Amino acid sequence: MDDLNVLEAVERYISGTMGPDERMYFEQLRKTNPEVDQLVVEHTFFMQQLHRFDDTKKLKAQLDEIHLDLSEKGQIQSPRLEGGARVRYLFHRYKRTAAIAASIAGITAVAISALVSGLAPATQNKAQDAQYQYLKGKVEQAINENRAQDRVLKDVKNKVDATAVSAPPIVYTTGGTGFLIDVNGYLVTSAHVIENAHNIAVQNSAGEELSVQVVQSDKARDIAILKITDSRFKAPAALPYGIRKSGAEMAEPVFTLGFPRNVAVYGEGYMAARTGFNGDTLTCQIAIAANPGNSGGPILNRNGEVVGILSARQTTAEGVVFATQSKYIYNVLAQLRKTDSSVQVKLPTSSRLQGLERPQQVKKIADFVYMVKVS
Amino acid sequence: MKAVVTEQSILEGLARNDRKAIESIYREHYNMVQALVVNNSGSAEDAKDIFQEALLVLYEKVTAGGFELHCQLKTYLYSVSRRLWLKRLLQQNRFISSDSDAETVPVEDELDTHEQRAREFELMEKAMGGLGEPCRSLLEAFYLQKKGMQEIAAQFGYTNADNAKNQKYKCLLRLKKLFFAQYKTDL
Repeated sequence: MDDLNVLEAVERYISGTMGPDERMYFEQLRKTNPEVDQLVVEHTFFMQQLHRFDDTKKLKAQLDEIHLDLSEKGQIQSPRLEGGARVRYLFHRYKRTAAIAASIAGITAVAISALVSGLAPATQNKAQDAQYQYLKGKVEQAINENRAQDRVLKDVKNKVDATAVSAPPIVYTTGGTGFLIDVNGYLVTSAHVIENAHNIAVQNSAGEELSVQVVQSDKARDIAILKITDSRFKAPAALPYGIRKSGAEMAEPVFTLGFPRNVAVYGEGYMAARTGFNGDTLTCQIAIAANPGNSGGPILNRNGEVVGILSARQTTAEGVVFATQSKYIYNVLAQLRKTDSSVQVKLPTSSRLQGLERPQQVKKIADFVYMVKVS
Repeated sequence: MKAVVTEQSILEGLARNDRKAIESIYREHYNMVQALVVNNSGSAEDAKDIFQEALLVLYEKVTAGGFELHCQLKTYLYSVSRRLWLKRLLQQNRFISSDSDAETVPVEDELDTHEQRAREFELMEKAMGGLGEPCRSLLEAFYLQKKGMQEIAAQFGYTNADNAKNQKYKCLLRLKKLFFAQYKTDL
């Protein structure tokens, strides 16, 4: 008999679920075999310990609850909670009520949206279906391209919401994200976003579309540098974030801002590995939710330093996203300066976002992250 | 006489983890213990710890069965709390400065038992912590929440109850090993 079987027998013996014959046999065994006897004693003791542990734990929790309750009601003289702790107490106290209220609200919302979609014109639904199909085709094509490069990556490209670009004659079909690296209108995005592009434009947080030209595109590092040539572009005084020269630390929390939709979408995750797909040293792996359109978006750490450029995700795994390491922005720029001395780009090295709460950080960054539209 | 009867019923309530009973003990006696601790260089937080520990001592007594209170509950709780706080002060090389002349009863025996229990609690907590998931939840579901094997198999994603049962025994073996390894060296 192995350990598991013995344990099972002992447990059944103690709980009294053994049949009479088996019980007789076991009792005989217990008398003749001191080890088995020892095991029964030990197990009884252990179960008692386990239950006692649970009772004590429950009682402790109950006591804490009562203490909090009575001091809040002023029935004992313990100091009342203040600030955040008090909010937490009230939250826990009323969370059941809140949950019921929220679920009622949720049901109502679902009912209304069902009603609305039921009443919406049929043509619109069809258009959405068509769009969905198109996106899928696009993605599959991207996979084939990547297979040719011995990569199983899915290009994080996106079809721009066709309804958003109604007035201009150019209909942008794919897109990504870009962010300013210099106050004079230089932007960084992923090279694959602007690959095979006829027309490129960027859209700022105010929704204005600005014309740009490609200054440099480095396919190997998947970095492209664009310059905003539009006269409407107003140079900001300074950039809030810095571009980090060294890589990010493993497990460092990071966040990104990108345009998987027509509006900026925030996402957060952590640095998962120092290398990218198949040990690629140019990129690093991040655990973050990213969708087509996030390509070219900045990956920032909690101090507001850009540590990478989001570029691709692995299709065969969930939540595996790759980013080009930020230090290669420096390399690409150095290369650019060699070929074109007229380019004057000064990368921001220090971040002004240190110590800020995340919503403030994102608010400050939002004006410097652009949607890149390509046709 | 009436007071004795109600105190007895309150103690029975405590043994059943009855919230009303515990609340009434809290309301009646907490302020006294807090005064004792705060007047002897403790904080409100210390007072809470000491009072709750005293309640644990009382709980251990009443759940052991055959416990009869030979003095007022107030005196008992005061005596236990005082000893507990004295001990904690001693650990910090400090002493109770002004000893009030409140009545106390000897509580050494139960405090010894309580100390043993507290150590065992810590050991089990450590063993549980070292066990990791899903073992911990699996054992809790079976032994403490008394869920059926069928339900557990569904909840934890095992293909059938036998698999879950097998896994449960493996987890239990590990937990026992973790616990007794410490228990035998510590105690």
